[in-house]
Amino acid sequence: MDFDYAHYMLTDGKKGKENPVGSSPSREAYRKQLAETFNMNRTRILAFKNKPPTPVEAIPNEFSSATHQVKSAKPRRHIPQTSERTLDAPDLVDDYYLNLLDWAAAIFFPLLLDTHVKWAPDGRHIAVGLNNSEVQLWDSTANRLLRTLRGGHSSRVGALDWNNHILTTGGMDGQIINNDVRVRAHIVETYQGHHQEVCGLKWSASGQQLASGGNDNLLHIWDRSMASSNAPTQWLHRLEEHTAAVKALAWCPFQGNLLASGGGGGDRCIKFWNTHTGACLNSVDTGSQVCALLWNKNERELLSSHGFTQNQLTLWKYPSMVKIAELTGHTSRVLFMAQSPDGCTVASAAGDETLRFWNVFGTPEVATKAAAKTSSEPFAHLNRIR
Amino acid sequence: MASKTATKDIITLRGSAAIVSEFFGYAANSILYNRGVYPEESFARVKKYGLPMLLTQDEGVKSFISNLTSQLSEWLEAGKLQRVVLVIMSKATGEVLERWNFSIETDSEVVEKGVHGQRLCSPFTWIESDPKLIANPQMVKLHSFDTKIHKVDTLVSYKNDEWDEE
Repeated sequence: MDFDYAHYMLTDGKKGKENPVGSSPSREAYRKQLAETFNMNRTRILAFKNKPPTPVEAIPNEFSSATHQVKSAKPRRHIPQTSERTLDAPDLVDDYYLNLLDWAAAIFFPLLLDTHVKWAPDGRHIAVGLNNSEVQLWDSTANRLLRTLRGGHSSRVGALDWNNHILTTGGMDGQIINNDVRVRAHIVETYQGHHQEVCGLKWSASGQQLASGGNDNLLHIWDRSMASSNAPTQWLHRLEEHTAAVKALAWCPFQGNLLASGGGGGDRCIKFWNTHTGACLNSVDTGSQVCALLWNKNERELLSSHGFTQNQLTLWKYPSMVKIAELTGHTSRVLFMAQSPDGCTVASAAGDETLRFWNVFGTPEVATKAAAKTSSEPFAHLNRIR
Repeated sequence: MASKTATKDIITLRGSAAIVSEFFGYAANSILYNRGVYPEESFARVKKYGLPMLLTQDEGVKSFISNLTSQLSEWLEAGKLQRVVLVIMSKATGEVLERWNFSIETDSEVVEKGVHGQRLCSPFTWIESDPKLIANPQMVKLHSFDTKIHKVDTLVSYKNDEWDEE
């Protein structure tokens, strides 16, 4: 709001009209000059009248529903660590041009960075999902890029999971692709069903079923037996009970065909599914956004990680879903959890840029003894890595 | 003071305006490619600033951007440009999803005094607009650069997304 201008219009402008006799020509001229200046000094917001060409929709329309929306862009978050640079007073044009490259690189590079990484079952290879829709395969021992998978997705790859030599990728385009990383023509199967970004992907232990969750609040179960070679594969189950994005997915290690899924901020529930029949066995409101789920391999327990407000990890007894412990410490939502090979320690990573370790699952022996105690102390304590 | 003026003469106002408006062209292309606004196949790789940059090959988008940059160059020379905003909106709902804000500070000493007589924009290609702000945005400040005549600061704001890391 330009108050000066507004004031002028409300007062001086009026004065001029009320006392035309009293104003001299020079005063008029002055007022005119003032008006011109005010107009010139007012900041105007202008929009280019010609509109740019409309882009063609990247997501197939056949799966659209009443809630279908085309999100044309999704944000990436990365702040470059290099300090801000300004060009020093250039005595030489050459010096100036070199600095030009620096700032250009600094501005454009952050747009190309990625965050989604997944270790292969062999413990040696790493898959990296990039912002530009490509997927890189790295050899961690030789420290080199083995290959880049291209041509599958049309936008960023935000979810990955391995099934032996198959790397399954989920994209912002809603597509899920099975890539056989051993062969040149790596795309062996496509699952179409999500109409918004795929944010969760998990293969069952047997490698027979895949669970996928999307920003469209859908949970799909895909079965390898339904594979089609000449058309996108149809889902086995489409589960629509969640009312927010489904990112957290975990298959039960001690009961076949049992899947746990967690919903985002508008849902906050952990739901349990029989993936054979598609039936929902149980639903528990946790009170906050469920970011990740992890089953205890040693005991019948489930660990969930959350966001606002507590950013806690909650340990539940299964199947009673009684809360055993709540582990706090993270200062922002706990997006990732992983367990140690012996299944006793859990590492959690949050947006607060810390990695914490929790001896939450204990050893089979210790866990039994702890259960016998009536203490309500949480199991946590932890190393903190920044 | 005299040497400072001499230094600035090297990078003339016109040169600075050309550099900055060219930057906007590449920035716009980069944003359109990386944010997936137009299909990847419609972009071609070129070398610029020592980097592989992507430029649209679509004639419609090309002419839109080049009209934009030549207009920006004019305004930059006149010292009249305070900011350039590139807005990405949902085609279906008209909702603003992402907002790239380039703020410009111009060295007023260097701007020629002949501004008032200069032809400004043709009234037929530009219309008054609202700022197209995003409610409760997340913001990321990127690097700034300075040609000593024009200083450009970049800030991108976007809608809070469920799974964005804080």
